[in-house]
Amino acid sequence: MIFVFFLIILMLTAAIAASVFRDLISAVIAAALVSLIASILFYFLQAPDVAMAEAAIGAALTAAIFIIAIRRTKRYEE
Amino acid sequence: MSFLDNYIYYIGAFGLILIGIYIILVKHNLIKVIIGLGILDTGVNLFLISIGYITKGTAPIFSRPGIDSEHMVDPVPQALVLTAIVIGVAVLALALSLAIRLYQHYDTLNLRKIRGQRW
Amino acid sequence: MRRIVAILLLTILAVGISLSLTKIPFGSSETKIGRHYIDKGVEETGAVNIVTSVVVNYRGFDTLGEVTVLFIAAIGLGVVLSTSRKKATREITPASLVLSTGCRVLFPLILVFGSYIFIHGHLTPGGGFQGGAIIASGFLLIYLGCRERRISRVASNLAESLGGLVFVIIGLLGLAFGGYFLLNFLPKGTANTLFSAGIVPIIYVAIGFKVGSELTGIIDNLIEES
Repeated sequence: MIFVFFLIILMLTAAIAASVFRDLISAVIAAALVSLIASILFYFLQAPDVAMAEAAIGAALTAAIFIIAIRRTKRYEE
Repeated sequence: MSFLDNYIYYIGAFGLILIGIYIILVKHNLIKVIIGLGILDTGVNLFLISIGYITKGTAPIFSRPGIDSEHMVDPVPQALVLTAIVIGVAVLALALSLAIRLYQHYDTLNLRKIRGQRW
Repeated sequence: MRRIVAILLLTILAVGISLSLTKIPFGSSETKIGRHYIDKGVEETGAVNIVTSVVVNYRGFDTLGEVTVLFIAAIGLGVVLSTSRKKATREITPASLVLSTGCRVLFPLILVFGSYIFIHGHLTPGGGFQGGAIIASGFLLIYLGCRERRISRVASNLAESLGGLVFVIIGLLGLAFGGYFLLNFLPKGTANTLFSAGIVPIIYVAIGFKVGSELTGIIDNLIEES
């Protein structure tokens, strides 16, 4: 139980960090960390299908298409 | 402590939703707004799954023939969230393609310069 | 100014949400339809994974709508990005030896793993969407590691169209044989074996092919180096 509490505090900290960072690639990696911790929480809530889908789609493919799109535009927020 | 025991998942999910709405309202870089959209999506999915949880339940799969099916969690929110995750990534991909086109036309991604707002 | 208005709005939203949180008890489900799907799921559909039987059999029409939304998003992305005027042509620097050898070794293993997940969707946790996403991750590895190869557009479009066509044709066959669209008309077999649960594994294989080739097409449209 204390482990779940620690994970949720880490997830909220990563979401606030994604809002504060000025380097867009760091913000994308923080958002991917939010997705990864959400996938672990889905496993604790007894939903293995959704955990697999969130880990494969939310943590890997979303971060990949964000980084490809940032490469074609600017990297630093003004 | 039992209050925290019961509601910690709800607090986490609503925290993500509020942070996502804050990023969409306040930030003025287009890619950061799209990141906020993704965080909002993750928060809503977490909230939907944590509604269907039953205390001391197991996953709804009959892996062995004589398994106890009295305490299985609700399978309907899991099916809905499975659809919602895939639609979320499709919407993010389309939004990023529009952002790339905007950058090629205006040469900046600052929403104040594109929309001409003052506050 | 904008920040203060946003924080005020979020405070009102947070107060309203926390006042209504006490009405949603955590750990007990109020809906009764879940119990019906768990009790009658295995004998009515034959699939051991109840989430799979809800997604494909009981709510199969919603899955068809969701596959359509993914298709429209992929088409929209292709249309928006194909009319860009400047195509940046940069020379492709080849990847290092470790990266390219690792990609060449890992790519068939990732394909086999993704196929295993969407073929056994009705027996273990998994299914078409998860397997399709893993296959798309394998193709992304090819774009990063072996950069001089290109995925052939013809094969990707063919796989995507065949997947969608198989889904709709099976639904229409159900309409022809029974009474309604997406009727489960194949024999159910014994539970917990590979060839069971009627049309559920066939539809999940079609969805796996379609989602995998669609996400690969999205990444291919976004990269577009020359």
